[in-house]
Amino acid sequence: MSDNPVFDRIRQEVESNDVVLFMKGTPVFPQCGFSNAVVQVLTYLNVPFKGVNVLEDADIRQGIKDFSDWPTIPQLYVKGEFVGGCDIVREMFEQGELREFLAQKGIETEAA
Amino acid sequence: MSVAEKIREKLEKAFEPLLLEIVDDSARHKGHAGHQSGGETHFNVTIVSAAFNGCTRVERHRLVTAALREEIGNPIHALALKTLTPDEAR
Repeated sequence: MSDNPVFDRIRQEVESNDVVLFMKGTPVFPQCGFSNAVVQVLTYLNVPFKGVNVLEDADIRQGIKDFSDWPTIPQLYVKGEFVGGCDIVREMFEQGELREFLAQKGIETEAA
Repeated sequence: MSVAEKIREKLEKAFEPLLLEIVDDSARHKGHAGHQSGGETHFNVTIVSAAFNGCTRVERHRLVTAALREEIGNPIHALALKTLTPDEAR
């Protein structure tokens, strides 16, 4: 526990789920093109993930920016580690690094 | 000074880039949250700089967003970044 209850909630999310995407909207209905792009990548790789909709929670929306020291949404966490935002996830995917990274973390992917 | 000019001024100072490309992508986000008439809310920025040597992707983006701390949130709503070292850009 820390002094910051929002950080505790975020820590709880990223520690109890292997892959967590803090995003605008839900995985089924993303409400922002950048969030949608990350959903598409994870879906393509068949990675199960938990989406946290920051639009539903103003505390998380600001809190995740402070927690990660990262000013924008979406934000991807894998096994508690901050991976990056939309540009980084897309770059890693395009260069084939994302699948390798997920495999190293013990996350199975099964895209062609 | 326009937002794009301000971005250019700050990034040139912070990174002495070999290449700095700033594209106002606001029109593509018309009607979407954060968009304002007149644009200058959504930007695509490509920077090639030796300052990124030895930095991870996350570290590079943090360097850039730190340099634009005052603008991110308002007026910049979204910032798509491509950060390359001179070697990677070759």
